[in-house]
Amino acid sequence: MIESILYLIITVIKIVIIVLPIMACVAYLTLAERKIIGYMQVRIGPNRVNLSLLPGIRNLRGFGQPIADSVKLMFKEIIIPTNADKFLFVSAPILALAPALAAWAVIPFADGWVLADINAGLLYILAMTSIGVYGIMISGWASNSKYAFLGAMRSAAQIISYEIAMGFALVGVLMAAGSLNLTEIVMSQKGSFLHWFWIPLFPLFIVYFISGLAETNRAPFDVAEGESEIVAGFHVEYSGMLFAVFFLAEYANMILIASLITIMFLGGWLSPFEGIPLLEYIYLPGIFWFGAKVAFVLFFFLWTRATFPRYRYDQIMRLGWKVFIPITLVWIVVLGLLILFKLPPWFA
Amino acid sequence: MIKFTFYLFSLILIFASVRVVTVKNPVHAALFLVLAFFSSAAIWLLLQAEFLAIALVLVYVGAVMVLFLFVVMMLEINFSQLREGFVRNLPVAGLVGALILLEMVFVVGAWQNVPPPVATEIPNIVALGQVLYTDYFYPFEIAAALLLVAMIAAIALTMRPHNRAKYQKPDQQVSVNREDYVRIVNIPSEAKD
Amino acid sequence: MTIANLNIAWLLPEILILTMACVILVIDAYLPKQLRNLTYHLTQGTLLGAALLIIAANPMQPILAMNDMVIIDAMSVVLKLFIVLIVFFTFIYSREYLQDRKIFKGEYFVLGLFATLGMLIMVSAHNLLMVFLGLELLSLSLYAMIAMNRDSKVATEAAMKYFVLGALASGMLLYGMSMLYGITATLDLTKLSQSVSEISNDRIVISSVNQLISETEEVELAIKNVEKHVTTITNSPIATKIAEIIEANIETDAMVIIKPMLASSSQNYTILVFGLVFIVIGVAFKLGAVPFHSWIPDVYHGSPTSMTLFVASAPKIAAFAMVIRMLVDGMQTLHTDWQGMLILLSILSIIVGNIIAIAQQNIKRMLAYSTIAHVGYLLLGIIAANADGYAASMFYVVVYTIMTLGAFGMIILLSRTGFEADKIEDFKGLNERNPWYAMIMLIIMLSMAGVPPMVGFWAKWAVLAQVINAGFVWLAVLAVLFAVIGAFYYLRIVKLMYFDKPTSLVPIEAGVDMRFALSANALIVLLLGLMPNTLMAICLGAWGISV
Repeated sequence: MIESILYLIITVIKIVIIVLPIMACVAYLTLAERKIIGYMQVRIGPNRVNLSLLPGIRNLRGFGQPIADSVKLMFKEIIIPTNADKFLFVSAPILALAPALAAWAVIPFADGWVLADINAGLLYILAMTSIGVYGIMISGWASNSKYAFLGAMRSAAQIISYEIAMGFALVGVLMAAGSLNLTEIVMSQKGSFLHWFWIPLFPLFIVYFISGLAETNRAPFDVAEGESEIVAGFHVEYSGMLFAVFFLAEYANMILIASLITIMFLGGWLSPFEGIPLLEYIYLPGIFWFGAKVAFVLFFFLWTRATFPRYRYDQIMRLGWKVFIPITLVWIVVLGLLILFKLPPWFA
Repeated sequence: MIKFTFYLFSLILIFASVRVVTVKNPVHAALFLVLAFFSSAAIWLLLQAEFLAIALVLVYVGAVMVLFLFVVMMLEINFSQLREGFVRNLPVAGLVGALILLEMVFVVGAWQNVPPPVATEIPNIVALGQVLYTDYFYPFEIAAALLLVAMIAAIALTMRPHNRAKYQKPDQQVSVNREDYVRIVNIPSEAKD
Repeated sequence: MTIANLNIAWLLPEILILTMACVILVIDAYLPKQLRNLTYHLTQGTLLGAALLIIAANPMQPILAMNDMVIIDAMSVVLKLFIVLIVFFTFIYSREYLQDRKIFKGEYFVLGLFATLGMLIMVSAHNLLMVFLGLELLSLSLYAMIAMNRDSKVATEAAMKYFVLGALASGMLLYGMSMLYGITATLDLTKLSQSVSEISNDRIVISSVNQLISETEEVELAIKNVEKHVTTITNSPIATKIAEIIEANIETDAMVIIKPMLASSSQNYTILVFGLVFIVIGVAFKLGAVPFHSWIPDVYHGSPTSMTLFVASAPKIAAFAMVIRMLVDGMQTLHTDWQGMLILLSILSIIVGNIIAIAQQNIKRMLAYSTIAHVGYLLLGIIAANADGYAASMFYVVVYTIMTLGAFGMIILLSRTGFEADKIEDFKGLNERNPWYAMIMLIIMLSMAGVPPMVGFWAKWAVLAQVINAGFVWLAVLAVLFAVIGAFYYLRIVKLMYFDKPTSLVPIEAGVDMRFALSANALIVLLLGLMPNTLMAICLGAWGISV
């Protein structure tokens, strides 16, 4: 009995250790987004709230912005619309955030740094990302507002459509790695950056990245929010902390997708220089490489947002069903052949 | 510990299932059904059937119920009408329910050749995959054909031939000739008086 | 497992149909509307090709393929051949009808091929899983084909009814199968039949052991008696188990172990019978036997006639095969149990079908009730529970489908764009309009009524003879009585055709293929009636009985 309680406490501590940094990352991802897009549009971005981490450095203008934002959101009034389904209205943001955080349980940050090293890790991830849509659907319905409802409907259809392509991309990964366990997937990419799966699985890599954008309702697939069409879509009625939770969920999902891309296609925590003469002596801890790769992928997320105009709804559907699904299906067959013929260096 | 978890999830499962039938609002009913699926997935996990558990969440919770919810949210159902036949149908429904319950009692009560849980090194996804593509290869193929039929049927029944959506055709737009659209007419100017 | 012992070559007909269905689907998607006939011709070609392959793959011995999932035996070859040919005829009859009603779509034929595939799978299933999958493949295709005419309200309603009740029936069947699996831990029909016979042997052993124990008061003596008894029995696992226990323990201990074992084992048989009940219900649903017949009239009536033709003909053969596979291949030992259930179904079907058919004004509904009655007769042969009986039933089902094909073919023939010839009055004075078609209908109606020397008579005669041989004379008397009552509504149509004035004088138009096929159909009925021995010999041969 005591053992199990102890086990429970240790697990809770581990969860906290994982969740807190993620939350911090989310906060600063919002800042990064505003800054990067700002520079891309030849602006400076937020620069009023200063934060001096070290006494010598003065130039961290805008680095206090996320903290100021969160304090603001915390003190704003939460308004519940008339005739809204109160219980569902309040629980929707939680339903959006919970799967986004739960999925982190199986993510290996570095060798052995994982909360639950389960066999069916990849499937678990797929299951968790697929239930994130409930938060959006419920919020849209419970708000008793037509814009919210429209947003929810769009989002649900979009997420379900892209989940298929995403699932097929994952099938490719598990074929290549021969395992559903995320740690083993990383280990099967051992070698320099040429040994990672992004080369043999290139079409799947691209499809997964774009589907990831669609799954997280990011631009150019943000029709669910579409502020210029349906105000703010599913979260139009939300304010204050409830809105903040949606925000957290979206960004946590972004980081999650970025980490998954890192693990499945970019060799996880492995150093890109392994096996390359001279360069291989550069030693940095795995968590560093992992973080760097995630940041790299996240940069692409932001870059896409700054670059592309929003897709029209039928175009999104066409892309998902008529382009991505056939591509992934064809590539799975090709991949099967590559594996059958033991193509070096990946499948030797 | 496992016992406690089992009872916890079983209680949630029973509660959710009862609510699915008793709750008035269909959206709530659908959400309770989701909860029921979740708790049964958890119970399967306790039985170490992790593949089935995750597949249940993935397929039913993640896809089927979302579409279901989609439809239910759009429907406007007259509930008083739905409830009208309740009392009239109660005796028959009760009888059928009782019969099925009796059957279950029989079957479960006499269950004796329960194989002891085998501790194997192979995860059950691998084990499933091994029989699915060998021993059960033929039924697997036929099941695939069945899904194909479902797909053909759904498309054949819902696709209307006339397409009202209008698309831009960039290639045609680019290859337009001036002559197709503009006609230059030479109108003789009237002589000034 | 290796590829070689899968015996894939024996499945070539199924493989051909599946591949061609996919190919036709893709071709059809890119076909301009004017060339839609190509889809039809490809489909028919596929069916003929499958027929040839079926004949070519005729094994001397029953062959198990695909890890015992499939059995190819004489019965499956005969039934498959008839299924494929009947679907072939169905499509010939439906072509113009479909074109007139603007449902001449590629999907119709593709789904038809998938339905055929489902039937073939059912016919040669050697595993409960395959029975179920084949059945679902068939039913799902049929639901969609019925609903294909989107603008018709009745067709949509019929499809919906068929779907709901069909799903219920599948559920019943599956529930029954799961019970069997729970008790026997196998889905394979051979193993199932072994396990079932073991369990029923156990039951006999248990009752005799119980009797021995209760007869003698002294424990030692009772155990001695039991030991003497069980050592003589070889085919019951529980007998060996008891013998082992007695050998390993002293008498009083043995008694303590044996008693609860007997109590719990005796329940196995009960569950087995429960499972059987569910399977029989599911099968009865699919066959349309009373009291599970309620979908038949509505579906036959509401569907486009081309679909009624499809639903009414080939799937009956598949349903018959399903009954044989599950009840005979899987549970022959339980025949005393399912005989009773089938007798009930059969009597009710014969009575209800024949009597209600008289009251019908719509010929499709009338034929629906006649189907129900025919199902009753069909079951008679199975009730006999021996190879001769099954052969008679097989003869009946084949003959019945050929007759139905002709009957619905005639309705299609008389229908035009915007007009369904589904009233009985529509057949008035057919003789004046076209004596040849009236002749065809006459042959078919007389055959359905069972008037000698038509083939329908021989079919009825065969099953009745078997049911009398099996000792159910009263059942045969009842069946004959209602056959006479049933003859009334068939002969009424004959009377309308020959003795009434026609209400419309619109000439009957049909393509050459349709006219030819329909005439051939009627001639086959006539020829089979004059020479029933050939077909009977084939059916008997399928059960290993030489004439």
